[in-house]
Amino acid sequence: MTEPYSEQVNIATEADIVTARQIGRNMARQLGFGTIMQSRIATTISELARNIYLYADSGTIFIEQVERDSRVGLRITAADTGPGIADIRKAMEDGYSTSGGLGAGLPGVKRMMDDFFLESVPGKGTRVIVVKWRNEAGGGDPG
Amino acid sequence: MTDYDLEEQYARLLRDYREGKGEAQLYGAQQLGKQLLARNVSPEELADLHGRALERLGPVPEFVRESFQILTEIMIEYGNAYRSIHSWRSRHQQLESEIAVASAMQQALLPQRLPSCPGVDVGLVSVPAKQMSGDYYDFVCHDSHRFSLAIADITGKGIPAAMCMSMLKYAIDGLGEMELGPADILRHLNNVVERNLDPSMFVTMVYGRYDAAVHRFCYATAGHEPGFLYRRAEDRFYDLEGRGAALGIAPGSTYEEREVALEPGDCLILLTDGVTERKVGRAYFQREELVSYLQGEVGAPAQEMANRLYRRLLLLSQFELPDDYTMIILRRT
Ligand SMILES: Nc1ncnc2c1ncn2[C@@H]1O[C@H](COP(=O)(O)OP(=O)(O)O)[C@@H](O)[C@H]1O
Ligand SMILES: [Mg+2]
Repeated sequence: MTEPYSEQVNIATEADIVTARQIGRNMARQLGFGTIMQSRIATTISELARNIYLYADSGTIFIEQVERDSRVGLRITAADTGPGIADIRKAMEDGYSTSGGLGAGLPGVKRMMDDFFLESVPGKGTRVIVVKWRNEAGGGDPG
Repeated sequence: MTDYDLEEQYARLLRDYREGKGEAQLYGAQQLGKQLLARNVSPEELADLHGRALERLGPVPEFVRESFQILTEIMIEYGNAYRSIHSWRSRHQQLESEIAVASAMQQALLPQRLPSCPGVDVGLVSVPAKQMSGDYYDFVCHDSHRFSLAIADITGKGIPAAMCMSMLKYAIDGLGEMELGPADILRHLNNVVERNLDPSMFVTMVYGRYDAAVHRFCYATAGHEPGFLYRRAEDRFYDLEGRGAALGIAPGSTYEEREVALEPGDCLILLTDGVTERKVGRAYFQREELVSYLQGEVGAPAQEMANRLYRRLLLLSQFELPDDYTMIILRRT
């Protein structure tokens, strides 16, 4: 295993979303996550980065390795200084996403990850922090 | 069963199918599908399982192996939908139980007993199309021989209609103490409804008072589907006419009172449009057809007549009840 490290990607275009996904997937693989979890982590980064791109114009995705109680995980922080989310409870409701799809968006991210933190101040910006812990098998079931 | 066993079982199924290509293996696959669901295996995990099982059967071309990456990425979105089912289900259950409580509360607003006055026999059938009803009825006994009744239909169905119904109930209860005539009651109710109800909603109602000492029914109508008056001497049904705007349409509406006298064997039949509005095959049921059904049951006691009509009409529309159904029958004995 490599030394704990972190990466930051500025999100302003769709190409940046792809870059962030790629970096996240690679870090997940290096940390020993299984293929499905690598894809779930990439999807999570994708959703968070896309929200920045769609609703806040620009912001950053910060990906880092974390350790707690001898467990290893990947933490993703999405931060922007955009308009913020007016009704957080609504945004976290299934079926609220503008895509209208089942389970997509923030509620879907929350279910795929182990820890979920969302902070948003209207007019100031939004910060979403999620952590996926690696279990012994290297994969891990969601929910 | 461990993940390894599952992979083993899946690989065996694939191998058997490659060798036999039989329906038995396909049946086995269906059964395995149930197990996978029961174990909460997500769509992306299944795609991955398929890929790993393939590897066990022999060398897999590089491109086929890589193609599973695409499949997995796509399946994650299906997986998100799959995982959200649990939250939808619990939300659904919560709503259901709230509605069950609301439905019981609504039932408590309806009169639990029919009026009993000498010489007049009362029957009632009221069935909501869904859990909450948009039909309303009420009976108030004034003394040993006089009672009032109301039958109303609230536009729309379900929860909004039920909320409106409770407002009507409280308004009528409040007016009951003032001993007003039917036209005045409707005039007051119209003002309450007009002030408090969403402009897109309205209520149709017949309000009447029966005096069993003289067997006269005095009533007023607010845009409601006309009832029927059955004259036994002629063996004929007449429309129970009445004019007046539905409640909640305009402020200051006034209503006219009418009176009919019942002879022995005569009946009054009041109903909501859930009784008449039904599809029979592809055609709509006609009011004249309802008369022929009424004709068939008219000799029976009021409650029996109401029950039989309900069953016959339900059969006619193949047990579908698209709208709330209420019928009140008064029969002079
Ligand atoms: N970074 C953000 N800044 C402002 N609003 C956001 C942000 N992220 C999400 N939202 C709001 O929350 C809603 C829900 O987001 P999400 O669950 O990702 O679904 P979707 O993006 O498909 O609408 C969005 O429609 C948007 O209004
Ligand atoms: Mg989104």
